[in-house]
Amino acid sequence: MIRVQGLTKRYARHVAVDNISFEVQKGQIVGFLGPNGAGKTTTMRVLTCFLPPSEGKAEVAGFDVVEQPLEVKKRIGYLPETPPLYPDMEVEEYLAFVGRLKGIPSASLARRVSEVCERCAVADVRKKLIAKLSKGYRQRVGLAQAIIHNPDVLVLDEPTSGLDPKQIIETRELIRDLAGDHTIILSTHILSEVETSCQQVIIINKGRVVATDSFSNLTNRLRGAEAIAVEFASSVPAAEAAGRFGQIPGVSRVVPREPRHDRHVVEIEMPSGSGVRAEVARLVVNSGWELYEMRSVGFSLEEVFLQLTGSPEQVAPVAAAAEGGAQ
Amino acid sequence: MNNIINIFQKEIKGYFASPIAYFLLAFFALLFGYFFYSAVAFFTVQGIQSQMMGRSMPMDVNDWVIRPLLSNASVIGLFLIPLITMRMFAEEKRSGTIELLLTSPVRDYEIVIGKFLAAWVLYACLLAVSGLNIAALAFFGQPDWKPVLVGLLGLLLQGGALLAIGALISTTTRNQIIAGGATFAICLLLWVLDWVSAYEQAAWAKAVSYLSVVQHFEPFSKGVIDTKDVVYYATLVFFGLFLTTRSLESLRWRS
Ligand SMILES: Nc1ncnc2c1ncn2[C@@H]1O[C@H](COP(=O)(O)OP(=O)(O)OP(=O)(O)O)[C@@H](O)[C@H]1O
Ligand SMILES: [Mg+2]
Repeated sequence: MIRVQGLTKRYARHVAVDNISFEVQKGQIVGFLGPNGAGKTTTMRVLTCFLPPSEGKAEVAGFDVVEQPLEVKKRIGYLPETPPLYPDMEVEEYLAFVGRLKGIPSASLARRVSEVCERCAVADVRKKLIAKLSKGYRQRVGLAQAIIHNPDVLVLDEPTSGLDPKQIIETRELIRDLAGDHTIILSTHILSEVETSCQQVIIINKGRVVATDSFSNLTNRLRGAEAIAVEFASSVPAAEAAGRFGQIPGVSRVVPREPRHDRHVVEIEMPSGSGVRAEVARLVVNSGWELYEMRSVGFSLEEVFLQLTGSPEQVAPVAAAAEGGAQ
Repeated sequence: MNNIINIFQKEIKGYFASPIAYFLLAFFALLFGYFFYSAVAFFTVQGIQSQMMGRSMPMDVNDWVIRPLLSNASVIGLFLIPLITMRMFAEEKRSGTIELLLTSPVRDYEIVIGKFLAAWVLYACLLAVSGLNIAALAFFGQPDWKPVLVGLLGLLLQGGALLAIGALISTTTRNQIIAGGATFAICLLLWVLDWVSAYEQAAWAKAVSYLSVVQHFEPFSKGVIDTKDVVYYATLVFFGLFLTTRSLESLRWRS
């Protein structure tokens, strides 16, 4: 439904999006993830024909954004980073204006406006001036505006920003509801959002795609594996313990963590399905270390994200500590 | 066509939902009312004097009241047009609503024409105020109505030309004040261009003075419709809007 090939966008000399390619199948929800300034908004603006690409191609529903922008625009609903609202208009009036702009015939316009008002929970402010709405309500009106013409493709730039927790959940549900008939691409910094609503994740950093995959594949591929955290008494020298763990065949990495209640914690990573766990347990028992706990640790999306986008300040200390610990 | 109407309606509502339209109407009514009052008062006093001095030639309302009034209205228009056009695109760019317009299945020229027509209609409403004043002249004498109508037509054309220029300037910035200021400067320049003809007779001076909007308004205020003046204004409107559309397109390439 969406195909991007070698897309590059330069602002003056600054490269905002650098040769990215990805594809989104019909009916999928795709999360667009990346730190500030990664180029998410820029990519979305190219997809919605607001900005032309400097190089490369982008296709939406089989139409090229440069060659047939009108066809693309007919099929796309777009919620920009700041909802594009006219403060002087009433909510209903605004939605009717957008509806006509998107080419909804006047016979069905009133019905569509009511429908999206219900769907986006703005029915109670229909007659209010947009200038008088709170930020969250504006965001909802922005969302209503994006779906009013029932577009094939929805491009949502941080759709849940500024919403209260209840509304965030409702919006995610709404987005999941919309999937199937609609292809949705949404950007966010909230990692759990991707986890809950997206089937596929595209992580970009500094204008480049660093990973595109399903969420669970991504976590697995990244660390290749599972990990266990072992917690033992501080009487054991941590470095020595880490070294011994590292010698167990099959262990791919040993990462010392923050001590807890004065007890050492190390995380041991291994390929999934290997019998390393039993080996670790045996080592601890045979060495007579006081074991307090041994548990599986899941990889949080935050970690995945930081590793992939490789912000040096965050990842480097862990890596350095791991090397130190393994010696 | 539907898109033009939709944009047009939204703009008109926008003007009348905010204080702008009312402010402009009040401003224009006040200034024009004052000019009207002084022109009529002057006319009355002069009339009495000339009667006392025994001149038999009756003074003509058209020459003494209407023509100067129309010229005044054209000058007031110069000041008001930047206020009408300054937010046209600058505000959409500032608030981000331009992103909605440019990502909707609407052609750029439809946006431009819709907005331009709305501004033009607002300007016509202002002129209607002056029209009402002038209609009151029926109490004072029997003016010849044709020059009045032709004069108003001239004002409308002149307004259209300046609005098109204002629209163009409004696409170049996201700051309303800058858009308004620059439009005002250009309007003023187009107005004073014919001053060179006062002291220079060379060909270049004629050419420069030809560009002056006021120069082309003069015949209208005398009740004369000259094709060359109509062509001048129509050209300005056309090129103004053409460039506005191009500028809107290139906004995407530059931003
Ligand atoms: N109009 C512009 N002119 C020049 N540079 C720009 C412009 N818009 C964005 N950029 C630059 O392009 C890069 C990508 O910006 P973009 O807005 O796409 O990031 P983003 O991923 O949406 O970030 P955020 O999470 O903060 O919204 C940034 O470095 C930004 O400074
Ligand atoms: Mg962004």
